[in-house]
Amino acid sequence: MSAVAAARPAAVPPAPEAPARRFSLLKPLTWLVVVLVVAITVIPMIFVIEGGFRSTAQINASPVGLPHPWVWSNYTSVLFSSAFWRFLFNSAFIAVVATAGAVGFGSMAAFALSRIEFRGREAIYTFFTIGLLFPIGVASLPLYLLLQRIHMLDNLFGVAIPEAAFSLSITIVILRPFMRAIPAEIEDAAVVDGATRLKFFARILLPLSRPALVTVAILAFVFSWNNYLLAYIVFTSPSHFTLPLGVATFQTQYSQDTARIFAFTALSMVPALGFFVLAERRIVAGLSGSLKG
Amino acid sequence: MARGISTAAAADTSAAAAATPLAQPARPARLRKRLELTLLLGPALILFVGFVLAPIGIAVYYSLYNWSGFGPLTEFTGAHNYSLALSDPVFRSAIEHNGIIAVLSVAIQLPISIGLALLLNRQMRGRSLLRLVVFAPYVLSEATTAVIWLLMLQPGGFVDKALTAIGLGHLVHLWLADLSIVLYTLFVVLTWKYIGFGIILLLAGLQGIPAELREAAAIDGASSWQTTRRIVLPLLAPTIRIWIFLTIIGSLQLFDIVWIMTGGGPANASVTMATYLINRGFQSYEFGYASAIAVILFIICFLFSLLYQRFALRRDTRGALTRAVG
Repeated sequence: MSAVAAARPAAVPPAPEAPARRFSLLKPLTWLVVVLVVAITVIPMIFVIEGGFRSTAQINASPVGLPHPWVWSNYTSVLFSSAFWRFLFNSAFIAVVATAGAVGFGSMAAFALSRIEFRGREAIYTFFTIGLLFPIGVASLPLYLLLQRIHMLDNLFGVAIPEAAFSLSITIVILRPFMRAIPAEIEDAAVVDGATRLKFFARILLPLSRPALVTVAILAFVFSWNNYLLAYIVFTSPSHFTLPLGVATFQTQYSQDTARIFAFTALSMVPALGFFVLAERRIVAGLSGSLKG
Repeated sequence: MARGISTAAAADTSAAAAATPLAQPARPARLRKRLELTLLLGPALILFVGFVLAPIGIAVYYSLYNWSGFGPLTEFTGAHNYSLALSDPVFRSAIEHNGIIAVLSVAIQLPISIGLALLLNRQMRGRSLLRLVVFAPYVLSEATTAVIWLLMLQPGGFVDKALTAIGLGHLVHLWLADLSIVLYTLFVVLTWKYIGFGIILLLAGLQGIPAELREAAAIDGASSWQTTRRIVLPLLAPTIRIWIFLTIIGSLQLFDIVWIMTGGGPANASVTMATYLINRGFQSYEFGYASAIAVILFIICFLFSLLYQRFALRRDTRGALTRAVG
């Protein structure tokens, strides 16, 4: 079922509504709710962005207020600090590795589990689905000890690889029914043309599975990008910090320099919001599609 | 519907696979298949077992020892850590806090999500922009969200000033320092962060409801409220059940926002199972004890999933099948 949901193009035409005049009495109320919701959603973000343009002295003198005068130094000092860019790079690097691992290995496994008949297939599939129930928090202690044993603490891969592993379950659960639904005739035709099974997978099945692959890639990427706990326990040296860890740490480290905390936090929102604005349709379709299965 | 097709497809594939060995020598084909399977499944299995399953297993093992995380495991204590945890008042209040957050989420976030999803599903000007705005907090990381609200909630900060400005100054509290309030403050932050997720899900569910049904109801003279109540909400039920499932699981595992905003304090007033686990493991170095907590947390999530799948989600599969037939 999720295959169908994920395969559906992102832009589902909105269902035509009952005639608009039926709601006309509700209109003012509707708009009141809309304004309220937008205000509650947006004001905290604007407050932080705007706070970044004030000086700490201004903030201390009056915690709420417009910048007077506007101060750019908070933003420039964060943007010219190596820490911010390092956190950003670490986050991106880890997310790319985790996504590649989860989608690469996950799609291979999903192919075997969907289109090759072998004994124990369902058992292995069930085995992978169990992973959906394991919160990374539960595994954090032993994961820490394991990473310590294999000398991967304070190492970017020490976060990326477990994240990939934790994304495998959802990847396989989404990809398997999708790959299954691709008609057998296509495979037969490929076999007739002399393609081996692996060639069929790489040249035909993967390209055909693109919508589902995008979905699982987004899920894995967002999971990694936002992950805090694993980075928190694995990294000790700030040069390895990811953006979430950096933001949380910055906030305690520079508690006197409130204005810089504002600027730093505001800038940390930019990549996520930018990515979201660019890929909103895909993300929304991915998130809702993934949960229908 | 999809399931029927895919099973048919799978049957076809197996028939084709069964036919091939007759044409080719059987031995190399089987060897080749085994190699392919190893190649395809091997990496995922190693990754999954090594970094997901093994740690859980190891946690069970450690939980039977009194161990600080250093040196060999020598002090076997059996189930002692478990009985210690279950009689520990802090851990009990942690379970209670997770429960409160779960109940509040379902009782408060669900109606808000449904209401906003119905609203955003209407034809109205600026609808897509509105959706973008409502979803925005959901894409922020938990860490960023926590810091934003730490800044908002500072004593004399934005929230206090805003309340005073609209004449509700008497409501001002020490949001994160007042023992009786801190948990509810955190709940408000969680609602701000996750409401967009519920709306995304429900909107997707709403778009799956055929417009003809609502049109037919309107022709039959149903008011828009009746249509919503009798047609839209029942058809939305599977989506709502999945949302409830994910939300409760999320509430049970709650960590990031609480950890960054309060660390579980003050005086354990906002402690959750996960913050307690990290606290005892990484700050008090009671790895054996913390492992027992991890196992209990896992068992709670696991039991909840099993029961919920059995009693709530099971119906959805049945509904989906009958609907596909009809």
